Amino acid sequence: MSPEKSLFELSRPGRRAWSLPELDVPELSLDDYLGDYLREDNSLPEVSESDLIRHFVRLSILNHHVDKGFYPLGSCTMKYNPKINEQTARLPGFTQLHPMEKETLTQGALQLMFELGEYLKEITGFDAITLQPAAGAQGELTGILMVRKFFEKKGENRTVVLVPDSAHGTNPASVTLSGFQSVQIKSTPDGLIDLNELQRACSDCVACLMVTNPNTLGLFESEIKTICEIMHRYGALVYLDGANLNAYLGIHRPGDAGFDLMHINLHKTFSTPHGGGGPGSGPVAVKKHLEPFLPSPVVKFSDGKYWLDYNRPDSIGRMLAFHGQFTILVRAYTYIRMLGANGSKEVAECAVLNANYIRKQLEGIYDLPYTRRPLHEVVFSGTNLKQFGVKTLDIAKRLLDYGIHAPTVYFPLIVPEALMIEPTETESLESIETFINAMKEIASDARTNPNNLLNAPLTTPVRRLDEARASRQLDVNFNG
Amino acid sequence: MTSIPTELRYTKTHEWVKIEGDIATVGITDFAQKELSDIVYVEITALGKKVQQNDPVGFIEAVKATSDIYAPLSGEVLEANVNIHKAEGDAPGVINRDPYGAGWLCRIRIASSEEINSLLDHNAYAELVKRSEHH
Repeated sequence: MSPEKSLFELSRPGRRAWSLPELDVPELSLDDYLGDYLREDNSLPEVSESDLIRHFVRLSILNHHVDKGFYPLGSCTMKYNPKINEQTARLPGFTQLHPMEKETLTQGALQLMFELGEYLKEITGFDAITLQPAAGAQGELTGILMVRKFFEKKGENRTVVLVPDSAHGTNPASVTLSGFQSVQIKSTPDGLIDLNELQRACSDCVACLMVTNPNTLGLFESEIKTICEIMHRYGALVYLDGANLNAYLGIHRPGDAGFDLMHINLHKTFSTPHGGGGPGSGPVAVKKHLEPFLPSPVVKFSDGKYWLDYNRPDSIGRMLAFHGQFTILVRAYTYIRMLGANGSKEVAECAVLNANYIRKQLEGIYDLPYTRRPLHEVVFSGTNLKQFGVKTLDIAKRLLDYGIHAPTVYFPLIVPEALMIEPTETESLESIETFINAMKEIASDARTNPNNLLNAPLTTPVRRLDEARASRQLDVNFNG
Repeated sequence: MTSIPTELRYTKTHEWVKIEGDIATVGITDFAQKELSDIVYVEITALGKKVQQNDPVGFIEAVKATSDIYAPLSGEVLEANVNIHKAEGDAPGVINRDPYGAGWLCRIRIASSEEINSLLDHNAYAELVKRSEHH
């Protein structure tokens, strides 16, 4: 049985959580405007305000979230989201603005978008930007579609995009969706891009190399300048998956290293909610030569006015309705203004310090297949516990009993039984110690009391789910 | 223990091949199904197409991850196992329970019998599994 009823089950006819004031304008008939589109039976739930509030408070208690506890989900940068972001995003001047309002009446919102773009360009070292994409993967798609348009415009037929095996899984998907063929580049035993492999794969068919830096092992590609030079020699472009920007915020600018374009995950690095907590945002920053292809419109500033430039004949077109996830942009803007340049640098420094502290404390207790010093995340392997009949999945499930969200597991694919841990900079030493002690206890339980792991979680509202059955007999309909 | 039948040939990417005349039946090995854990979906995307050796012929989705299935030999993909495609019940689970039998994936009409020499025999594959287990 579900530990919380849905609003549809709580519904009783006639209950209301909101009463509208008396109508002070003439009433119009919906029939006249909607005609056949008007649905008679919408079966919307009817609940009182107290039912509604209690329902969502109970759900938030049952759930795990970053306001409740540690969330070291590797690659996702689940940092704490400062509440001042929520205050600015809720300013009525923003929330009551219609996206189709005239430019003369939206100057403040346009200024915010323009300035956020300028900050992101300065942080990353690029010349132009779009704030439109709704998430990281859509940012990738936007970027690769621009790469396609760039070569179309040049009259070059390039069909291949190279993707290292240590990249994010969305990279080859974006490549395929954009009509390119994705070719994998193997990593060296050190976990970095193999320059010889890369050279061998290069030809005038290659349009782009998509790099995740630091890669999914948390390792910084120390030869990144050379890598960019190699690609440019073949006339190819270099794309950066910026999901791991938290590792070098304010310290390293990818544009200076030679990248042609990158996406930025505002919902990771710039503290906007995600992981079921809010829509994402994946701006794409580009060098001058890719600017004509940016999605339309682009926010411009001239003669003291902010305006939207729709006159972009070479644009790849729109990627999203209106101007992206606007209130997410407000949150990211607030975060950048609150931190300032020095604060941004401290974010990266503390994120790296926290990850490496965990690495040192858990080294020898879990396998560490790649021994180079990582940046903001560390990838362990649960292989050493397999002899006790315990898998990484069991370790992850057991962590839930400690009130800690499980790390990313079984990714990256080049690490067997992977545990990918990213603590972020917003955790205190005490919270990191609590995690380390939990991981130590779990490793010791695996030897002496493996059932604690195999049956975990033991204390969560819902016990271990049959994930295989859920996938094989997929049923996502609510049947009342 | 991982089962590695002696009469089959193998690939480095953990497919097994049973050769009968010019027809190759392809599946994934016991080691592969254990590594993948519970398999929830399979698709042979190259059905009816001609493929080169090592080309992807489809993919296999497990709870943990999705992996490509590679053609052990060049040829035409003649048939896919319909029993593992069924949308009801735990059809793809057959691969976990019987990887060398009812859990076979597809059949290929072999284009070049010379390529068969490039496949691993059970001893060479056992070595590969041993190395992977100590990874």
